[in-house]
Amino acid sequence: MSTVTAPALPRPRFGDLLAAEWLKFRSLRSIPWVLGLSTLAVVASGLRSAVYTHGHYTPGPGDPAVMAQVALNSAFDTLSADIVMLVAGGVGATLIAGEYATGLIRTTLAAVPDRRAVLLAKAVVLAAAMLGFGALGAGVSFGVTQAVLADLGIGRSIADPTALRFVAAAALFAPVCALVGLCLGTLVRHSAGAVVGTVLVLFFLPSLVTERYRWTADLLHALPFPAWQRLARTSLAGLRPTEYPATVAGSWATYALWSLASVAIAAAVVQRRDH
Amino acid sequence: MVPVIEVIELTKRYGRRTVVDRLTFTVRPGHVTGFLGPNGAGKSTTLRLILGLGDPTGGTATVGGRPFRGLPRGLRQVGALLDAGDVHGGRTGAAHLRALALSNAIPATRVEEVLHEVGLAGAAGRRIGGYSLGMRQRLGIAGALLGDPPVLLFDEPLNGLDPEGVLWVRRLFRRLADEGRTVFVSSHMMAEMEHTADRLVVIGRGRLIADESLAEFAARAGRTAVTVRAAEPDRLAAVLTAAGATVRPGPDGALEVTGVDAGRIGELALEERLLLYALTERGASLEEAFMELTADSVEYLAGEPR
Repeated sequence: MSTVTAPALPRPRFGDLLAAEWLKFRSLRSIPWVLGLSTLAVVASGLRSAVYTHGHYTPGPGDPAVMAQVALNSAFDTLSADIVMLVAGGVGATLIAGEYATGLIRTTLAAVPDRRAVLLAKAVVLAAAMLGFGALGAGVSFGVTQAVLADLGIGRSIADPTALRFVAAAALFAPVCALVGLCLGTLVRHSAGAVVGTVLVLFFLPSLVTERYRWTADLLHALPFPAWQRLARTSLAGLRPTEYPATVAGSWATYALWSLASVAIAAAVVQRRDH
Repeated sequence: MVPVIEVIELTKRYGRRTVVDRLTFTVRPGHVTGFLGPNGAGKSTTLRLILGLGDPTGGTATVGGRPFRGLPRGLRQVGALLDAGDVHGGRTGAAHLRALALSNAIPATRVEEVLHEVGLAGAAGRRIGGYSLGMRQRLGIAGALLGDPPVLLFDEPLNGLDPEGVLWVRRLFRRLADEGRTVFVSSHMMAEMEHTADRLVVIGRGRLIADESLAEFAARAGRTAVTVRAAEPDRLAAVLTAAGATVRPGPDGALEVTGVDAGRIGELALEERLLLYALTERGASLEEAFMELTADSVEYLAGEPR
């Protein structure tokens, strides 16, 4: 009998975990379908809106800032944001909840005992994929809709900083929602429950909070969907002024904080929990 | 690293329920060590604690002298199959193994090797959701072999395998042990381990009952068992228990007695003027030795003095 001793081990690299999680992400057949179809839905919704604007546009002495906003809105409106919120949040939630529900998490953690690294790799892959998804939907929709509106003279160029911010806010909304889903999926560990939880937090929480008082307005503006709404507003022209308006910087900070807090909470929970 | 699994005073409580109770044993390389106990004895929990999937309430579990959870990557140190169902049915067998290999920087060629080794090469491109339980066991074993590890843990690996598969797994375990690896295999069936393991760790209700070679265990089983039919079985049982025998109820009111031989039972019955209808002596199987030991542990925990 000889004793097997472990050979010199390769240095553990975070990149290996990213590669593994990326393979796991793309090897589920449902994911490309869901992302592909919802990208089409975002583009179709934009196109419909642009065609409507094109058919009902009457040139006049309108405020150019308002017209610019109208043009941008057709690229990515509330319906598109709802689609992204549901799909990205749902994908994020099921990505980890599915791993818990099937028991795969035990196989994963027995292969990689560094739990925080596993969760972080999953979050990075998810955020990158969802940024791609968001950018593709918002980018293509922007290109198509602005081309339709170009002959009216109100189509925007991506070189315009406000247009760029509009598209960036739409594209980044997807990873923010996905990471919130990842966090809830880690907490709930059950696919359907995690998706419902994510929908509640992203969709319904904003409707429960009023903008009437200073502190509730601050709370409202610190939620992901209202943050996207503010960032998608390139100009406040033509809007009824509110007493406690949201700020652009605060909305970007909301994106960042929700993303970071979601990953931090999920990592802490995975680290502490028995599997 | 000497591939030794060392469990010292390991305890795990869930609320007030103690699942693993001050368990101490060592699993050494070069053997297939069976990990036996009735259902609910705490085998799976112990394996999960060894793999760092749960934190012990007390005590330690180490592999090669270190807690597994402190390792950055696991597959090249410990290969484990905990539950063949711990996979995502939506992926193909190949994708599942490739992802595991990638995470541990194991070359993709190794995935092909283990797929051939477990006989799943033909099914690797199919989704796991369509696999039979036996195929999933093979996939789980492939995952455990992936990192060519010096320590292997298997939780009930024979479940769902056909006779040919059982034979294959036994030969595989033997070969892995002969290569100097530490092979630790749980089961709730003594009959399975009888032909698979050469050492046994037996637990009941989370406590250690036996940690010895199969030969030593078989020596215990060498004692005979006696089936007795009596007119007053309850009185006879009391007399035999007082004389140091272990008495279990058998079929149709018979008593299954171990610890005293048939002659002594006859003498005791005569002294107490108890009528016997039948007195049959036979060799006790390993299975019975196992049952007797685990039944003892239940009595012991129920607080009845022996």
